[in-house]
Amino acid sequence: MSAPAATAAPTTGATTTYREAMREAIREAMRADERVFLMGEDVGSYGGSFAVSLGLLEEFGPDRIRDTPLSESGFVGAGIGAALNGMRPIVEVMTVNFSLLALDQILNNAASLLHMSGGQFNVPLVIRMTTGAGRQLAAQHSHSLEGWYASIPGLRVLAPATVADARGMLAPALADPDPVLIFEHGSLYNSSGPLPDGPVELERAAVRRAGDAVTIVAYGGCVPKALAAADLLAAEGRSAEVVDLRSLRPLDDATLMASVRRTHRAVVVDEGWRTGSLAAEISARITEQAFFALDAPVERVCTAEVPLPYPRHLEEAALPQPDTIAAAARRTWE
Amino acid sequence: MSLLEERVTATHRRQLLRTMLLIRRFEEVCAELYSATRIRGFLHLYVGEEAVATGVMSTLRPEDAVVSTYREHGHALARGVPVAAIMAEMFGRSTGCSRGRGGSMHLFDAGTRFLGGNAVVAGGIPLAIGLALADRMRGSTTGGSDPVTACFFGDGAVAEGEFHEAMNLAALWRLPVLFCCENNRYAMGTALAKEHAQTDLALRASSYGMTAWAVDGMDVLAVEEAATRATEEVRGGGAPVFLELRTYRFRAHSMYDPDRYRTKDEIAAWRAHDPIPALQERMRAEDQLDDDALADLEKEVADLLAEAVATAEEGPLEPVDELTRFVTSPGGVAADGLA
Ligand SMILES: Cc1ncc(C[n+]2csc(CCOP(=O)(O)OP(=O)(O)O)c2C)c(N)n1
Repeated sequence: MSAPAATAAPTTGATTTYREAMREAIREAMRADERVFLMGEDVGSYGGSFAVSLGLLEEFGPDRIRDTPLSESGFVGAGIGAALNGMRPIVEVMTVNFSLLALDQILNNAASLLHMSGGQFNVPLVIRMTTGAGRQLAAQHSHSLEGWYASIPGLRVLAPATVADARGMLAPALADPDPVLIFEHGSLYNSSGPLPDGPVELERAAVRRAGDAVTIVAYGGCVPKALAAADLLAAEGRSAEVVDLRSLRPLDDATLMASVRRTHRAVVVDEGWRTGSLAAEISARITEQAFFALDAPVERVCTAEVPLPYPRHLEEAALPQPDTIAAAARRTWE
Repeated sequence: MSLLEERVTATHRRQLLRTMLLIRRFEEVCAELYSATRIRGFLHLYVGEEAVATGVMSTLRPEDAVVSTYREHGHALARGVPVAAIMAEMFGRSTGCSRGRGGSMHLFDAGTRFLGGNAVVAGGIPLAIGLALADRMRGSTTGGSDPVTACFFGDGAVAEGEFHEAMNLAALWRLPVLFCCENNRYAMGTALAKEHAQTDLALRASSYGMTAWAVDGMDVLAVEEAATRATEEVRGGGAPVFLELRTYRFRAHSMYDPDRYRTKDEIAAWRAHDPIPALQERMRAEDQLDDDALADLEKEVADLLAEAVATAEEGPLEPVDELTRFVTSPGGVAADGLA
């Protein structure tokens, strides 16, 4: 079977950063629909702790670019209530680490209300947060817990890895009648790329690089690493296909399995811890659905099972890296 | 007639009495059904606290929203959620107000803006903040009035962080929320003085800079009067008000609770303040009620409940192939919830 062309969103040709793309998406959503507002810690005058909302306060005012006290549970819950009552809130939580203080609201309310109420109350809420390591911020600012959220029925979980997705995912997320979590990897904000032309499809994984010798599955901050690993492998004459999940829940099994059936090998990259990770789920699905297409066991490259350490060499050693991904790919050919 | 004048009329008091009786008898029926294993799950009864739900709800308007807890049969009934739909929910039938997916602890009803039924203690309080925030941000899209969100929770919830986060947000943003703290003196088996360093809960709420006061929660007329004042203040100024409704549950925390932490004397002393006979006595003294009228009322309630049980038990069970329905919305078009 021949490899597909890599999927790329149509672009306007302009180049921008991931941060600016996200800001532009928020600005556009707020201009388009007065029910949309942004709420979170320091989203106002400070401009957002990752400067995503810088300048929006001047344009939209403090009602719609709403600073909140340090009350993750309180303001995430308030976002749920506002969504229940006709608004379209975008709630920003500084990082996934702090979202644990709001986990009750996200799991027991946002994800459950529709079902618990027999279909009467849906929660059209978007929660954005950063995730991931790589900036020497130590354990309480570096974890990747999005895989945990991806196990919760009732939520949609997105992980934009490209500027195009940072720009294009918010509008369809706001149009979704149910709660959507968007995980922005902290190391991606300064990355740049072409701007897309219009919204992106939320449902499908994207083939970021076509190849026929192994499928490397990655998402978010690990996509650039997977592409770098594919470069290393290409230099050795092996062509790796890189699949960017984009949506962690629901997972696009069809694109994944089609790729594995073409390449007969799979490496799953995940910045979460290996035990009980999203990588474990994907590996299990490949085994369940494409076992007879496999020429080698599914390989996983995950974060070492430690709270993330501060020193650069230890942090780097704990995280998936291009060379560890490439090494895992090589094992599938042994 | 003003609300205050209205409150002394026989018709109005009969309505209050009927609501309290409906709640009491509904729960007595539920306790029997539970012992007969015809309904299951957790069952938290509200017996003794009927004056609170009845008095507060009678001051609310259709456009107001109600956020409740796992001890919410009384709230739902007083709010006007159809009795048959609540009973069907107890039986887990698809005719239930949550299509059988919620049970006793998760009654929901969009028609009366009744938003549950939250079984995580204090978990509903932030939702109330958001409902009120949306009302504020949308302006008066509900016919020119200023909707209020009434939020019920117990004394136990006051110890949760979520309570304090929500109080701060409500006061900071001056949101139209009526906080109804049902202080029944116990969180499961933990007495008020064992759970709180400061047991004056209204005092604690007032430290957030909001109006707060304590009310005799065993007197439905007192509750109604306080709630009338409070909702007027909330609607007028938009700022939240906190009512500490001092009440007592006559029965155990749940059907599983052997009730070892209270003395019989204590329960008996509170039973002497049962809000239902108290209102009856008052109405009799003012020639608003006699034996015949009371018997009629009891019969009306009993018939309603008998019919609710009969139709509930015969109601259809949701087909198992509908199990994963309502996990996400069908169609992908956002319903506007309460809007
Ligand atoms: C967050 C949380 N912790 C513990 C429980 C278990 N629990 C159920 S009811 C209850 C007591 C709550 O007391 P209170 O808020 O005073 O309400 P009441 O039952 O008296 O109406 C507890 C501890 C729970 N449901 N949620």
